[in-house]
Amino acid sequence: METVKIKTEVNPKKTKLKISGAEAIIHCLLAEGVDLLYGYPGGAIMPVYDELYKFQDKLTHILTRHEQGATHAAQGYARVSGRVGVAMATSGPGATNLVTGLADAQIDSTPMVCITGQVTRHLLGSDAFQETDIIGISTPVTKWNYQITEASEIPEIMAKAFYIARSGRPGPVLVDITKNAQIDEFEFSYEKCTAVRSYNPEPKPSVPAIEAAAELINNAKKPLIVWGQGVILGKAEEELKALVEKSGVPAAWTIMGASALDSEHPLNVGMVGMHGNYAPNMLTNECDVLIAIGMRFDDRVTGSLDTYAKQAKVIHFEIDKAEINKNVHADVAVLGNSKDTLGLLLPMINENKHEAWHNEFKEYYKIEFEQVINNDIHPTKEGLTMGEVIERINVESEQKAVIVTDVGQHQMIGCRYAKFKQSKSNITSGGLGTMGFALPAAIGAKMGAMEREVVAIIGDGGYQMTIQELGVIFQHKVPVKIVVLNNDHLGMVRQWQELFFDRRYASTVMVNPDFVKIAEGYSIEAKRVSTREDLKIAIKEMIASKEPYFLEVKVEKEDNVFPMIPSGASVSEVRLK
Amino acid sequence: MEKEWFTISVYSENNVGLLNRISGIFLKRHINIESLNVSKSEIEGVSKFTIVVYTTEKWTRNIVGQIEKQIEVIKAFYHTDEETIYQESVLFKIASNLLFDERQIQNIIKDNNSQIVTVARDFFVIAKSGRRNEINEMYDQLKPFGIMQFVRTGRISVSKEEMPITALLNEFYQDK
Repeated sequence: METVKIKTEVNPKKTKLKISGAEAIIHCLLAEGVDLLYGYPGGAIMPVYDELYKFQDKLTHILTRHEQGATHAAQGYARVSGRVGVAMATSGPGATNLVTGLADAQIDSTPMVCITGQVTRHLLGSDAFQETDIIGISTPVTKWNYQITEASEIPEIMAKAFYIARSGRPGPVLVDITKNAQIDEFEFSYEKCTAVRSYNPEPKPSVPAIEAAAELINNAKKPLIVWGQGVILGKAEEELKALVEKSGVPAAWTIMGASALDSEHPLNVGMVGMHGNYAPNMLTNECDVLIAIGMRFDDRVTGSLDTYAKQAKVIHFEIDKAEINKNVHADVAVLGNSKDTLGLLLPMINENKHEAWHNEFKEYYKIEFEQVINNDIHPTKEGLTMGEVIERINVESEQKAVIVTDVGQHQMIGCRYAKFKQSKSNITSGGLGTMGFALPAAIGAKMGAMEREVVAIIGDGGYQMTIQELGVIFQHKVPVKIVVLNNDHLGMVRQWQELFFDRRYASTVMVNPDFVKIAEGYSIEAKRVSTREDLKIAIKEMIASKEPYFLEVKVEKEDNVFPMIPSGASVSEVRLK
Repeated sequence: MEKEWFTISVYSENNVGLLNRISGIFLKRHINIESLNVSKSEIEGVSKFTIVVYTTEKWTRNIVGQIEKQIEVIKAFYHTDEETIYQESVLFKIASNLLFDERQIQNIIKDNNSQIVTVARDFFVIAKSGRRNEINEMYDQLKPFGIMQFVRTGRISVSKEEMPITALLNEFYQDK
């Protein structure tokens, strides 16, 4: 007999019934609490779509206009709701079109299950129509993947897929199901997976490590917290806030950590990294203890590692053991779920204020405000800035909106200036930098949090990478607000060309279509503004609208995003202009 | 940090596709696998990968971390040559007439503690197990006479320290 390698929740009421693999997949999804998925049908997944048709009262399938859109929508849904996003596609090109979304979810730790159809088992390896080795292709960009070739494997593998996607450091899982496994019938019963013997998703926190961390924090003169998405994924927002308030330690965030702590909290000192705030970047190289919580020292955060926080003792709170000492040496490593570890740390922390140290942040903020921020959000020049658009959205949405950004200048400006009062409000493609992410992700975000305002901020370049998803907004009347910040350029690449390539603007000028007409073609209310007065009115109108709304803002064509740490430079070599 | 030889030992479930997942970790970092062996381990149903790399300890640690993170990997370790007992095996195929014409060949076989595994009309086959440098020496000694075929296995090794895989697996069953 085979050794038991997974643990399951025993369901005393389970009944056995003989059903097809395709129907079994639906029952698995329902058992995992899925009520919404995104996808695109095709030959090798048709038996499952046939079952989706029969179960449409229990399970809503949203037909995206491209499989990439399905993955990003599932990601947006997962990121606002904390639930597992689900995307489905057929074999061959359907499956390969999922790859970008899988890679994005992998690097940004987003729980997602992708289901792909596959040619029937006896055709595997025969170069059959729409056959592709999606297991081979998706291996480096999935947390786990598996090819089901027999119907009877479906319940155990689906249970394992959801468990792996959501547990520990979350990530994408792909399950490839051959067509025969969808058609064949078998005795179905379902048990949720609760453990896999070769997988340790949440290392148990070590009390001595936490004590060592507490001692360093309590004795620090200039401590700095940098938190990442691990706080949000671990649901440790309250613990973070309590830690910050009790210890008085200034706290900065990575782009993926944004919104875990109120933007206007007095100890929130802003964003770190390439386009982050002046104070936390400069003072990273002056702090004596750097407390990293649920972040992975990405190169966009650290700049040159040779000059990154060399003077500081580093404490690293992290769920993924492989991140410890990967980029930055940790003097104290605390493994575990951030909610548990911060919860254990809190009672050991002494109350403190660190006023003088905090004043250093204020001084740097003042410099940044005068030289950068004020010009960005209260410009006096004629052309519109991206910053003032974000600022208007903050005002009109009362800082309550979910802000979904794409990739590029508008993303950096969006993350710098958007204000958040609630966690899980900043949805962006952080690690992979996937242009085209925002429009479908905003659809998923809205469907994952219907009660919330969702505003997508997109550049004119990225918008056109997944613009076809307007079809979903049209068909399902998804009331997302779309703001395209149009500078008729691939702005961030143009900025680099200006600064580092002697203004050789290779392929960064865009001749754009009439975006308003395109939106109107999908019956979406649409407006274009290019003056401050009109901007104010349009954003007010957009936020007040209960329908989908498209707003194109013609912004200054050649604005740059500052501050900026040039690629490979030290965090303390921030350029303000 | 200087490059060294490291032996990476991986205990895992025996699943289709895991080799691809593990080799991809090396590929992503542009690190060459010098030798690879996959076999049963001392625990029923558990496979063992023995992978040899020539790189820095920093990269080796990074790779082992990434390997261990894979869902179906139970545990991964790395060791230097001093910390393991290791061997490789080789087969040499050589023309039979040389066995009679070149007396030196018989001495080479004897001196290297190797065995003749078969003799046919046209060729004979020598098997040798040992450390890489011992095998290299024997290869150099035989080369002038002409080697018809040469094949070498991946390294297999056991560590001097304990690898507590059974205890790890027992923990899983006890928690149940």
